[in-house]
Amino acid sequence: MKTNRMRKAMVAAMAVALTSPQFAMAAPAKPNYPAKIGKSEGQLNIVAWEGYAQDDWIKPFEKETGCHVNRKYAGSSDEMVALMRSGGGGQYDLVSASGDATLRLIYGGDVQPLDMKLLTHWNDFLPNMKSPPYNTVGGLHYGMSYEWGPNVLMWNADKIKEAPKSWAAIYSDEYKGKITVPDNPIQIADAALYLMKTQPALGIKNPYELTKTQLEAAVVLLKKQRPLIKKYWALASDEIELFKNGDAIIGAAWPYQTNALKAAGMNVKDTVPVEGATGWADSWMLSTKSKHVNCAYKFLNYVSSPKVQAEQAIYFGETPANPKACSAMDKIEAGSCEKYHLNAPASYYKQIHFWQTPLPTCTNGKRDCTSYGDWQKAWQRVKG
Amino acid sequence: MSAAMDNSAVGPRPGNRLSALFWRRPGLSLAGLVLPPVLWMVLIYIAALAVLFVAAFWSVDDFTGEIVRKWTLANFQEIVTSPTYRRIAFRTIGMAALVTLTDAVLAFPVAYFMARVAGPRLRLALITAVVLPLWSSYLARVYAWRLILSHDGALNWGLKALGLPPADIGYTNVAMWIVFSYIWLPFMIMPVYAALERIPRNYFEASQDLGARGGRTFLKVVLPLAMPGLVAGSIFSFSLTLGDYITPVLVGGPGSDFIGNVVYSNVGVANNIPFAAAYATVPLVLMAGYLWLARRIGAFDVM
Repeated sequence: MKTNRMRKAMVAAMAVALTSPQFAMAAPAKPNYPAKIGKSEGQLNIVAWEGYAQDDWIKPFEKETGCHVNRKYAGSSDEMVALMRSGGGGQYDLVSASGDATLRLIYGGDVQPLDMKLLTHWNDFLPNMKSPPYNTVGGLHYGMSYEWGPNVLMWNADKIKEAPKSWAAIYSDEYKGKITVPDNPIQIADAALYLMKTQPALGIKNPYELTKTQLEAAVVLLKKQRPLIKKYWALASDEIELFKNGDAIIGAAWPYQTNALKAAGMNVKDTVPVEGATGWADSWMLSTKSKHVNCAYKFLNYVSSPKVQAEQAIYFGETPANPKACSAMDKIEAGSCEKYHLNAPASYYKQIHFWQTPLPTCTNGKRDCTSYGDWQKAWQRVKG
Repeated sequence: MSAAMDNSAVGPRPGNRLSALFWRRPGLSLAGLVLPPVLWMVLIYIAALAVLFVAAFWSVDDFTGEIVRKWTLANFQEIVTSPTYRRIAFRTIGMAALVTLTDAVLAFPVAYFMARVAGPRLRLALITAVVLPLWSSYLARVYAWRLILSHDGALNWGLKALGLPPADIGYTNVAMWIVFSYIWLPFMIMPVYAALERIPRNYFEASQDLGARGGRTFLKVVLPLAMPGLVAGSIFSFSLTLGDYITPVLVGGPGSDFIGNVVYSNVGVANNIPFAAAYATVPLVLMAGYLWLARRIGAFDVM
């Protein structure tokens, strides 16, 4: 009986899969703003990074608004995109998408514009977090910036006495066999950023917009780097283990790893090198087919408030989009506002190039840039 | 008589009518018995494979990321011509073959001891010991090896205690070879054990009576009769290694990607399902050929 039902379900699923226009070409969704934030629908389904929906701040929200939050954690940007599209979209209301996924969601028509008039804290945001190119398209805000951080150069200060100042440290023989970098096509942008500063003749303006020649130059650099690498890390915990076990002593990392290793008693340090750094910036985005729009707007207002912004930042080791969180951060952990550069001058942000989905169309309108698919193939060539 | 009367008064129960129908038409009952598994096979295995194979001939539009359903051989062309994908395929196949060979060499003496030397009690203990690791999580076992082989791990610690230089094999293909050989070893020992156990004792005596010594008996009697067991075990170790993608991620170093890793990143990261499908047919074709060969040797008789 059970198998019979399963078989029927299988047939139905296949029929749906074969007939639904899930691959049909989509365009960015049109605005469909609510007039005001109405009554709670009682439910809210969110897709988030692990550590982005902790009870510490979700429980009070549920109590305050009556919106029960159903959480689904995703392990990668690609999983987030897949989840937001699953079942034809609309299964989840909000997603905490990083900059390498946001444009895919926008151009896929999976997320809808947000009315910034309804978001009370948005006016307080850091200027570059209000309408960044990875969540704002054609003047429409498809996402609300949440938290961000740089991809830093981290090293074991017991093994490396003199603090490295340049990314050259992970491209030169000096630490051969002791280097680790992320296993992610977006790592090509790190190489492109380094080339932007060291080989200006290539004419790289934006590390996420590379022509075929520029991409090839990045591949050449990364292929030269490969024999120096101990391991390409897939998870943050991999890198932590590599450093703990002495397999790696220097590598590209997130501040999260630095904090975790320091908490474990390791003498590690990190820096944003002279060439600048790539970085991630996450945005909350609202599904085009969301059934709980009121709860979603309530949630957005709640998580952009200084208190929650500070709690999130300290829990994960990142920086809020709302600078008013500064004093709240210092209250939780003295000096943390400065530690995460929330009070840093604008020049600090300028050296961080936030993750962006590489698109075949460059910003100048020419179609000679390389796509994320190209990057993925190039990354495979690098890894071999 | 009275029972029949009772029945006609109430009318035949539906169950009785059904069994009567099956009795009158034996073909129907056979169909009823065979249809569910056949349907299951067709829908779950054949249809899935067919969809996979058809998708391999499609492509993805670079600009919109949508699937273009037009026949093209571009995916297969890229797999054959690109040195990267060729190297990854050869690495995967080479590792699968190496692991299979290693496991065969390791498993044979163990299985022989279990089947022909050990007493019943010791045999039971050994079988339990061989199967025991399978009860723990695959991931836990791989992670354990990662800790053993890492720079400051148990291996180097032991070597240092002995005054030897450290072995730097963590996160390399050597590490993958060790871990794969360890993980799939039980799958080789069990079928070889089953094959060896089935050899009648008097074959050994007959061989001795005819003047064959140990080595000759092994080559002419034991090995041919154990061959199906070895082939059956090799199907497991070969196909399991061929399809794995977790061990390369966890214990492999730079340049350790398998076919499975490429498929995974093309489905997940790049959303290029046609290319993933095309690449996934490589191990499929290989395994089909291997199984066909194994069937000819008679490996399926001892499984």
